[in-house]
Amino acid sequence: MLPAALYVCIFHLIPVVYGLVLSFSDYSPLSRSGPDFIGPENYLQIFSDPTFGNSLIVTGKYVLMVLPVTVVLALVLAVLVNRPFRGVGLVRSALYIPHIVALTAVSMIWLWMYSSHGLFNEILAFFQIPEQNWLLDQDTALPAVAAMRIWKALGSNMVLLLAGLQSIPRELYEAARIDGAGKWNLFRHITLPGLKPILVYVVAMDIIFISQGFAEIFVLTGGGPLGSTTTTNYLIYTEAFQYNRMGSASAMAFVLFAFIAAASLLAVRGMLGRKTS
Amino acid sequence: MTTSTPLRRRRSLDGHSALTRAVLLTVMSLLVMVPFLWMISLAFTPSEQAFGSVSLIPASPTLENFKTALVDANLLRALTNSALVAAAVVLGNCVIAILAGYAFAMLKFRGSTAVFFALIATTAIPVSVTLIPLFLMTKGVPFAGGNDFLGQGGSGLLNTIAGLTLPHLVMPMNIFLSRQYFSGASPELAEAARVDGASEWRIFTRIYLPLAKPLVAVIAIFAFTGVWDDFLWPLVITSSAEMQTVQLALARFLVDGNIQYGPLMAGVVLVTLPVVAVFIFNQRGFISGLTDGSVKG
Repeated sequence: MLPAALYVCIFHLIPVVYGLVLSFSDYSPLSRSGPDFIGPENYLQIFSDPTFGNSLIVTGKYVLMVLPVTVVLALVLAVLVNRPFRGVGLVRSALYIPHIVALTAVSMIWLWMYSSHGLFNEILAFFQIPEQNWLLDQDTALPAVAAMRIWKALGSNMVLLLAGLQSIPRELYEAARIDGAGKWNLFRHITLPGLKPILVYVVAMDIIFISQGFAEIFVLTGGGPLGSTTTTNYLIYTEAFQYNRMGSASAMAFVLFAFIAAASLLAVRGMLGRKTS
Repeated sequence: MTTSTPLRRRRSLDGHSALTRAVLLTVMSLLVMVPFLWMISLAFTPSEQAFGSVSLIPASPTLENFKTALVDANLLRALTNSALVAAAVVLGNCVIAILAGYAFAMLKFRGSTAVFFALIATTAIPVSVTLIPLFLMTKGVPFAGGNDFLGQGGSGLLNTIAGLTLPHLVMPMNIFLSRQYFSGASPELAEAARVDGASEWRIFTRIYLPLAKPLVAVIAIFAFTGVWDDFLWPLVITSSAEMQTVQLALARFLVDGNIQYGPLMAGVVLVTLPVVAVFIFNQRGFISGLTDGSVKG
């Protein structure tokens, strides 16, 4: 256990502390001198920087576009596959495969689908609609990336919710049916409350992962057009590794951390709170 | 994964809704699979046909794209690099994470719970928070890559296989999974063995490890897919084509504006194949790994 604890210290805890120190420093790895302590200047500077503010808004919009759709769709699918029938295993696997393939790799496929002769424009052409520059238009770029992410997140959410559904005792349904409860009432009063813990987990995890979107942005849009898909994580990458501003990039990372923590806590509180009312 | 509702009653109650469900699910899974069908199709379509309308079944299928991807785009090298890194990471996780999880579950000492939760809390930290410090630490490893004993002057472990491997060597999530697993094992076995005078190491290797085969499978899968699919870390620390991992090699196709989708899709197929193969041969492992971390946690 000691080596593992030591390892986790070196690779997970020390970087956090080091990052915190960096966020209060001015540091470029190209300069000969080490980090200079400059106090909260980085934080003040990024909060007055419209690019950073914009990236937070983009990240928030992105999460809001992906999260509700993928959770509701995954719930519907989980309910549908929660019955034995021929080929159910095949259906479950098919729906799960996007989850196991790397984000970078699937983004490549979607890059083709959105390209000028890609699948989406071919479908438009079939209906005689002029082709779209999905990823080059400020209005469609972020929704296009979000659509890909919805598709990608569907499978794992479905599997988690399915596990949740199967942990609900059958007897509850039997008892309610005897009392004459209809399908909707069964769903509303037994399935949803029984699913709550796993639903909370799914939503929190989705918020944490989707708000860190990077590879899909890198591949599909490179943050463009005009910053309309520059998520905070993407901005941090460019700030640190293209402009070598390690200090302010670290400050951005901690602000993002705070936002993610707040958003997921808020979601958990909100969902668990409703249970008691 | 089966339900226990009597089949007979359901059939009489909603025979037509079962059909609706089957149709709906078939359509949904086909829709979900569409991108992959096109990926395969494009990978076998000759490049000169890949512009303009493409049909799902290539008129004259070719393997030329695979050759282009492997040789010209140097995917072969990237596959070798990723395989090396993945082997080291799988080994590291299977040995160190399992031992640590076992220790957390079996050997209680003061503060062990606190240490465990501190460890688990690290999984919730965004990657970007630790990315920059890890980069600077990798760069500043003393005596490596032309560095002096203070870790300055050279490039440290940047652009090396070791640099690619180290941050993934033990994933806290895997320590968590194995603690959960061993917490469920009965402690009586260990006590009986201890009475017989067996050493702690012997108890672990002879009694508990053989019981933990499913755990080893899950951790190996997690470690493999985690590192095989990783993009940001290799992007940040590698600087030459020789050190690229598979996902980075794919991204290289984007560098010149005129993207060759045929070879790119052939590359995506090659890079995706190992992960899908692991999935097909061990679906149970994949899915239990996903749900064990949540439902029982």
